[in-house]
Amino acid sequence: MKTCLVVDDSRVIRKVARRVLEDIGFEIAEAADGMEALAWCRAAMPDAVLLDWNMPVMNGIDFLRQLRGEPGGETPKVIFCTVENSADHIRAALDAGADEYIMKPFDGDIIEAKFAEAGLL
Amino acid sequence: MTPEDMDLLAALGRARAGVRVETEKPYLVESRLAPLARREGYESIDALIAALRAQREERLIWAVVEALCRSETTFFRGRETFAALRDEVLPALSHRRREAPVRLWSAACATGQEVYSLAIAANEASEVAAGTRFEFFGSDLSERCLEKAQAGIYTQFEVQRGLPIRLLVKYFENQDDTWAISPRIRQLVRWKRINLLADLSPMGRFDVILLRGVLRTMDAALRGKVLQSLVERLPSDGVLVLDPEDDVSGFADVLAPGPGGGVYLRDPTTLSAAA
Repeated sequence: MKTCLVVDDSRVIRKVARRVLEDIGFEIAEAADGMEALAWCRAAMPDAVLLDWNMPVMNGIDFLRQLRGEPGGETPKVIFCTVENSADHIRAALDAGADEYIMKPFDGDIIEAKFAEAGLL
Repeated sequence: MTPEDMDLLAALGRARAGVRVETEKPYLVESRLAPLARREGYESIDALIAALRAQREERLIWAVVEALCRSETTFFRGRETFAALRDEVLPALSHRRREAPVRLWSAACATGQEVYSLAIAANEASEVAAGTRFEFFGSDLSERCLEKAQAGIYTQFEVQRGLPIRLLVKYFENQDDTWAISPRIRQLVRWKRINLLADLSPMGRFDVILLRGVLRTMDAALRGKVLQSLVERLPSDGVLVLDPEDDVSGFADVLAPGPGGGVYLRDPTTLSAAA
């Protein structure tokens, strides 16, 4: 079973994303900020990361840049999931190594479509 | 809505657009007519239908028929189909046409996602012959859809269905919560309101015709007629793109299955023959 780390400081969003992703066959781990997410990845690198942008302690883009420099950190598919919806933000995310990008608000169809786009389904 | 109302809608749908109104699903019919009733200032669907009976006004009849035909569409619907068009069909046709333009027609383009996806796919295709000119046409029965298609402005929800993020930032510009297709793609497309039941010979020839989300909604007796008139628009090496589940059993001698879902070749050697 593929694993997905859901990184978001909102417990509600994590819960919604977990439900959608479990339905399409992922095993889910959760982290509330970038630092927690890094600790997860160092312990067990997931297949996918669903990543919020704005979070306390360490934000999504800083996490992603750091992840891509870690041993094995280039393998997970990283899908941003954020209210930041400008082309500039999206380009910055792609430059930092993001594979796909979801603009909130999202629904189950969008998550599924974007995971397919990233080659995860 | 009464059974008589349903019968009236079914008769109009069939006569005007060949569409089979799903009278067994009144909730579906109502969900399509409710926005129209509101827009036209009627207090209910019943009031709209009463006016339809009383006035028999052409404009209102067409508004109702268009609402009944409304179809869902997304960017790059059928990922494998578009990959086959980009990597095999468009390159092969570009080498075969050389000087002449390659003409593509999205025959039920709805709000435009399909024809813009084609234009993007052509731009992304790497094996296309240098100097190839692609011409894109979008047609639909619904003026309302065509207006939206022509504007090329989509909601955040619409651009997140089927469109890879790299293509979004490459081919769209964002304005607040909407995304507009870039002018260099938009200006490649010509638009026209076309009823597929009409004589299509004035349309000329098209190298690729897409008709998706439509045949299965049509009255069975008219499907063959529409397919036949589209096949007649194709040159001997033309390509027709339908839904994978569409029945083409009556056309086995003129349509050979191609790569990707729902792609049919008039000549099975089109993609393999040396250019």
